[in-house]
Amino acid sequence: MIWKTLKIWFHKLGSAPSFYRFARVVSPWLWFGFAVTAAYGLYLALYVVPPDYQQGDSARILYIHVPAAWQAMFIYLVMTILAIIALIWRIRLTEILAMSCAPIGAALTLVCLVTGSLWGKPMWGTWWEWDARLTSMLVLLFIYIGIMGLYAAFDDRRKGARIASVLIIAGAVNIPIIHFSVEWWNTLHQGATIKLTGESSMDPSMLPPLIWMVISTKLFFGAALLDRARNELLDQDRSKKWVARQVLETSS
Amino acid sequence: MTPTRKKRALIVAALVAGIGTATAVAVVSMNENMMFFISPSDVLNEELPPDRQFRLGGLVVDDSIKHADEGLQVQFSVSDGGHQVPVVFNGILPDLFREGQGIVAHGYMRNGRFEAHEVLAKHDENYMPPEVQKALDKTGHNSGAGQ
Repeated sequence: MIWKTLKIWFHKLGSAPSFYRFARVVSPWLWFGFAVTAAYGLYLALYVVPPDYQQGDSARILYIHVPAAWQAMFIYLVMTILAIIALIWRIRLTEILAMSCAPIGAALTLVCLVTGSLWGKPMWGTWWEWDARLTSMLVLLFIYIGIMGLYAAFDDRRKGARIASVLIIAGAVNIPIIHFSVEWWNTLHQGATIKLTGESSMDPSMLPPLIWMVISTKLFFGAALLDRARNELLDQDRSKKWVARQVLETSS
Repeated sequence: MTPTRKKRALIVAALVAGIGTATAVAVVSMNENMMFFISPSDVLNEELPPDRQFRLGGLVVDDSIKHADEGLQVQFSVSDGGHQVPVVFNGILPDLFREGQGIVAHGYMRNGRFEAHEVLAKHDENYMPPEVQKALDKTGHNSGAGQ
């Protein structure tokens, strides 16, 4: 029974007006959640958590750097799944969602690179080095930008989305390279501090802000994705009847 | 799945397999060149051509840091647990430079010494408050500082 209701809801969501209404209702809540968790996470990161024994207060930048890096990679995985669905089933909404992922992912990759560089100067003694981790992360930024450019290069949006989806799937090989770069090769960048299996090498007292910031970047992604997809949908369907009705409904 | 979708799924699978294989081959064949630095043991075991620039990575040996009386010149040894290589450097060291710290020096070997023109500190993956470090020092546990 519940399964059937869910299935109907999911199928309905695929239609443009339903998704539009769903996104309009849900996205403010996600923005609100993002603001609260980010504010609390940053408060913990800047005022509550102790400084690092070696790096002092400079270590606090990790609470932005690490969640941004994880989220940039997570978004790529979501985008790849959407691109595969878009290529096989040709569902327009998944094409729109996949294309809406790219700018958000690019922005977070840039945040990761910039914060890492700011930290690298005092700690390593350099803004940038061509080691495997830094280079593969820069490649991720270029892939994101390439996807955005390829999509924008076609007048037919649906065609552009399908061709960019191929690039998304091809670029996915970079994700494991980023993740394992610090294990496979000697790098200037340190190895993973937080591990999915085995003990993490961070003191438990320093973990809570990281967890809050990871939640906040997830909520940010959800909110930004829904808003972007909604606008893209509105733009593509601007001559359709449902958009006119929607505009009349919201303006009255 | 309809036959058309099955066909598309196969094309996607072939794309993933193709790109994956190509990347794996490229990564494995370039493995050596992907290394950011080499260890003192590699330096001593493999005869490197003189005047060939490379990056040397390892831990700064305890009590090996000697500052010159005048100027910025500093001498220290870098070890990977097995072998040691003496390093000379003329310049400003990064904040994290200290004994036991992992560092990466860029330069070349000359007369059995590594002449560096750049020294970078390599941070390890350990994060802890200063009090925890003090407590660990008191009980005699090595915190694993510097890798």
